[in-house]
This record gives sequence, C-alpha cells and structure tokens, in this order.
Amino acid sequence: MFLSRSDRILRGALVMLALLSGSVVLLIVWFLVAGALPALRDGYLPRLLFDEHWQPGSARDPQFALMPMLAASVLVTALAALLAAPLGIAGAVFHRFYLPKRLAVWNQRMLELLAGVPSIVFGFWGLTVLVPLINRLHPPGQSLLAAGIVLALMILPTIALTSQSALRSVPESQLLAAAGLGMGRFATVFHIALPSARSGIGSGVLLAIARAVGETMAVVMVCGNIAKFPGSVFDPVRPVTATIALEMGYASSSHKALLYLAGLILVLVTGALTGWLAFGKRNAGEVS
Amino acid sequence: MMKSAPLLIGLSVLSLFSGCSREKREIIILTGSSTVAPVVTDAAKRFEATHPGVRIEVQTGGSSRGIADALSGLATFGMISRDLKADESELTAHRFAIDGVGIILHQTNPVTDFSRQQLIDIYTGKVTNWKELGGPDAKITVASKAEGRATLEVFLGYTGLDSADIKAGVIVGENQQAIKTVVADPNAIAYVSIGAAASEAAGGTPIKLVRCDGIEPTNENVAAGKFPIMRPLQLVSHGEIPATARDFLDFLTAPENADLIESHLYVSLSK
Repeated sequence: MFLSRSDRILRGALVMLALLSGSVVLLIVWFLVAGALPALRDGYLPRLLFDEHWQPGSARDPQFALMPMLAASVLVTALAALLAAPLGIAGAVFHRFYLPKRLAVWNQRMLELLAGVPSIVFGFWGLTVLVPLINRLHPPGQSLLAAGIVLALMILPTIALTSQSALRSVPESQLLAAAGLGMGRFATVFHIALPSARSGIGSGVLLAIARAVGETMAVVMVCGNIAKFPGSVFDPVRPVTATIALEMGYASSSHKALLYLAGLILVLVTGALTGWLAFGKRNAGEVS
Repeated sequence: MMKSAPLLIGLSVLSLFSGCSREKREIIILTGSSTVAPVVTDAAKRFEATHPGVRIEVQTGGSSRGIADALSGLATFGMISRDLKADESELTAHRFAIDGVGIILHQTNPVTDFSRQQLIDIYTGKVTNWKELGGPDAKITVASKAEGRATLEVFLGYTGLDSADIKAGVIVGENQQAIKTVVADPNAIAYVSIGAAASEAAGGTPIKLVRCDGIEPTNENVAAGKFPIMRPLQLVSHGEIPATARDFLDFLTAPENADLIESHLYVSLSK
C-alpha cells in the first residue's frame, strides 16, 4: 500500500501514542510486581492466606491476614451490585418504554450528573446521613451495609446508562413486529427487548462491578475498616482498597511490600473481570 | 530539524553548567516525619520569601528516615515527631511544637473524665459498657486509628499498649473521620489531635474533649507539658549547624511565626 509522507508521519505518531497508552497498564503492573517482590521473596504469601489478624504495625506479633479483606471486597461489591442492578435495569426499562421523551431526556441528564459526583462526596454523605441512620438500627453504623448502599448509588448510573443504550439498540423492527403480533408492552419488554439487550446489560453490570471492586474513598469513610470476616451486614468490614488507602502513606519495608501485593491481587481480579467481559462479549457475538 | 538536535542538546547542557556556576543559593534540606513536614514546608515558604538566597527542601519518609539522614549528613535537619531514644544521643533535638491527642465523646455522653487505666480497659475490650464508667447502659463503640497513623502512635505511647492489643469497633483514618464517627454515634469514643477537636467543638459540632488523669485538654496544659497524651515535634541536627540553618531554626520558634504552627493545630512552643 502506498502511503504519502504525511500519511506515514501520521501513522507513526498514532502507533507511538497507541503503544504509549497501551503500555501504561503494563508499567503499572510492573511497578506493582516490583513493589510486591520483597514480600513474595520473604515468603509472605502463605501468611496472607493463613494469618488470623491484620496487625502489621504490631511490634509484638505482626500478622498479615488478607483473606478477610478480600472477602470484604467481594461482599461489598456483591451487595452493591445486588442493590444497584435491579434498580438500574428497571429504571432503564421505564426510561425506554414508559417515560415520555421529554422527561426521559431529563432522567438521563440526572443519571449522568450522578455519575459525575466525586466519590468523596458520596463518602461524606454516607458518613453524615446514612451511617447515623444505620447506627439507630444497629450500632456502630459504619458497616458492610453502609458501604454496599453507598457503592450501589455510585455504580447505579453505570448500570442504568449502559442498560438504556443496550435497550435503545434493540432493532425497531423487532419491536414493531411484536406490536404487529398484538403483544402488550409488558410482553414486549420481557420477551423481546430484555432478552435481546441481555449481553449489553450484562456487560454494563460487569463494568460497574469492576469499578466497585476498586472504589476506595467513599468506602473507606463508611465501612468501619475492621479487618475481620463480618457476621452480618451490620458488622464493619475492610476491603483491600481501604487498607491500601489507610496504610500506604505510613507503611515501610515488608508492610509496604504487602500493600503492593494486595494492590497487585486487586488489579489481577479486575483484570480477570475485564477479561471475562471481553471474552463473554465475543462469545455472545458469535451466537447472535 | 534533525540537524539542529545535537546543537540543542549542546546548548541545554551548556546552560546547565552556567546555571551551576551562577547559582550561589544555600540549600537547607529537611527530611523525616510526615507529621512535621507540612508545618515546616509552610515555614520554609515564608522563610524563603524573606531570604532570597536560600532554598529549603522538605522531604517526608518517617521519623526514622529523619534520624538516619541527620546522622549521615544527607539532611541538614531530620524531622521527628517523638522524643529521641537513648541510643540517638549523638543528635541534638530542637523542639518547636507539641501535638496533643485528646479523647472525644459525643456531647450527650455524661462521662467527663478518664484515667489511663480506664482508657486501657476500654481499648482492650475489658470495659464494654458505658454503665461501668458512670454513663448510660449502652455498648461503647471504640474508634481507633489505622496502623501507622501518628495519633495512634501517640495513643499507644501513652497507654503502653501494642497495636495488636486494641479491640476497636471502628477504625478511622483522619481526625475528621474520627470526629464524624463520634457525631454519628452517641456511644462512641475516639482520640484525635486536640487542635482539630477543639476547633470543631468551638464550631458547634456536638463533641466534647474530656479530661485525662484529671487534666483539662487545653493548649495551655499541652504547652506546659501537663497533659499526658502528647508528643513533641522537633528537628534534630548532628554536629555544627550552619548559620543559615540556625536562622531557620530561630525563625521556626519565633513568636511571630506561631500562627503557622497553630494553623496546623499544633501547640507552638515560642514565647
């Protein structure tokens, strides 16, 4: 293929920029691995799995149990997804099939606005409004439940907006055909639109989950940060991200390396989620 | 384009050299405690504004780095937020401020006084109900700070506990989060920088600072060394102090710069 000089320059520049942005993630992983290496070398990996407590600063008996925190990350994320997914998907169905166009635009604007609220604001709201409410039900208030609710509010726009766009991309012809067959609105939504938009909605939920796993600032303010397996939703928990945020600024030597290792594990988990997302999408594409 | 590149590099290298030869600025380097660094950075800005020939570099890395760098001569001053230990007697400490840590409760809590032993009992889980301390029949929500936080270190130093001994119900990061936790939970107890708590309480936040070992947690008592839960903020030096560095030290403890220290909620030792 013949390329003119300016085309070649443009191509070169684009290749450079694409490589640069692609390599950032590799750089980050490399940086995490380098930071975590001392912990791996000194055999801390089994301690992460089998220690009983997280007390890295203890002079008498330092312990590094990561499992309660991984469990907390999973539980908080699952709770948030459980709360946000039905709300977001139902909202999207309402937005697409029931809400008048003029109001639908505003509904979407509000969701976009919600998506733009900084996470620290959610955390502040959670700590000053939500936590006292939960405290009245069951002290201390800072809990798995509080973190799940705050996180649900934060990922709600992602789920709602991706579900909206998935529903929008259901071919008009299918909907018209349904109407032509005399199907009611309910039947159209549940038997035509939702099945057809399933993969788009699913990837929206997964995207939201990937964000929820990594969310930090809001969670750290409302989760209570106790690194133990919770007995109920009212118990405080400490996700991995909260630990890194709370302790990174003050950690040194093996403690610091362990925090890097925790970060690495978290990146691998979100990486796996994103991979699953891409893989699932390709499979879905092959089927349809 | 290509031809001019070597020329450009040559020129920039040359300008580097000329920069060095012309520059006769004196540099003061301070490294160490991240608690001390923000105050010193503010003071450094003010000092540089009035002393154009001087540049001050402030780097954090913990009190132990401050000690190591002062000993090795990498830093003019080390910054530490504790007393010197017995094996660090080669260094000279220059105390310029004190960080007092106070116990806060919700305003509605009738308890007004703690002894050291009571605090130990509460934070190790031996006492779990306010009833045992003359308060209402309610479970105590024990709020503690995250590992590594300076306030935690001060609290551990005072109580003689190890961080593994503490049985907390909630763990918080910053002072603000501790204060909000007590506001949200009338049965909570927390420890925070006295300056932060006092300014919040004065602003109408429903918290109160309580007495420890019978001593009121006021700035006066902290400055006088009476209040028990405290730690000094100090610079440490090794051997002879250069004249400019000596000036900076005097500047830091000068009464007209006490506002800098107070703006960081520490108690100034000038006067």
